[in-house]
Amino acid sequence: MEADAAKLIGAGIASLPLAGAGIGLGIIFGNFLAGAFRNPSAAAANRTTMFIAFALTEFTGLLGFVIALIILGN
Amino acid sequence: MTLPSDAAALAGALLQRFVADPMEQFVIQPLIPLSLGPFDVSLTNSTLWMLITVAVGYSFFFAATRANALIPGRMQSVAELAYEFVAEMVRDSVGPNGMKFFPYVFTLFIFILLSNWLGLLPSLTFLPHELHTFTTTSHIAVTLALGLLTISIVLGYSLVKNGAKTYKMFLPSGLPVAIAPLLLVIEIISFISRPISLGIRLFANMTAGHVILKVFAGFIVTLLGAGATLKAVSIIPFLGILAVTLLEILVGFLQAYIFAILTCIYLGDAEHAADH
Repeated sequence: MEADAAKLIGAGIASLPLAGAGIGLGIIFGNFLAGAFRNPSAAAANRTTMFIAFALTEFTGLLGFVIALIILGN
Repeated sequence: MTLPSDAAALAGALLQRFVADPMEQFVIQPLIPLSLGPFDVSLTNSTLWMLITVAVGYSFFFAATRANALIPGRMQSVAELAYEFVAEMVRDSVGPNGMKFFPYVFTLFIFILLSNWLGLLPSLTFLPHELHTFTTTSHIAVTLALGLLTISIVLGYSLVKNGAKTYKMFLPSGLPVAIAPLLLVIEIISFISRPISLGIRLFANMTAGHVILKVFAGFIVTLLGAGATLKAVSIIPFLGILAVTLLEILVGFLQAYIFAILTCIYLGDAEHAADH
């Protein structure tokens, strides 16, 4: 296999974590909304926690994105 | 500029002029070359946009708070809204003693927010390439520096306030002795990765958003040059650009918010390390 082709395939594989991050974010926001609809008065107090969970989950996907960029850049 | 009469020639000229590499927007170009001994301290387009960010933030808050009225006007309302938003964040996460960190967190929030949003401005194409819109937060050198600054403040404050009890930041109380060494190692690794995660999150979000915007823009130009039938299709990537721009406004705010709230939480850890 040519080196360039292998590089492109590698970059594609390295961006797969974004799919996992997408699923994870859906779970976080979905569960937050499910909880918030059941008990709207408790929703405001937990919004910060939700955003932190969002940030941490998103980070795992972005690591893959950065690795893909590094592969493409070299 | 004289336009070529032939449609194909026009498309070719457009393609050459506008369909550039989507990564080209991130190139740092020196405006005023300077050097300090072995170091290159040129005034670059990155520096210029940082200065613009600071100038916009400073002049907005200067203008908004110049005539302090009991019943705030429009600008003062926005300034008060921003103040209260960050102040509440600091009070909730760090506690009542945390307001001494308010200036830092507020500056951080406004700087990141404004550089994210100013980077979304369209470039003026008649200007030379060095003066095109530049997002300072799309460079890991900038975001990692901000992350390291935050973590240095956390660690320095904890050492000053808690002294030797700083180790409690890495060791929750009421832990079985057998598991403590393992957890200590994990917590220290987690602490070291914090500035990295702060930096990469902001940098990757901004880079990804701007690459997508420019890729869509490339689609439009390519479709415009691809013949009469495909010309009509170019409205689709244009609507795509509109949607992504709106999303980027949200993401720019959200990333500034997350950076600020994580800073507050880390400062809160340092503030309360000796309490338990």
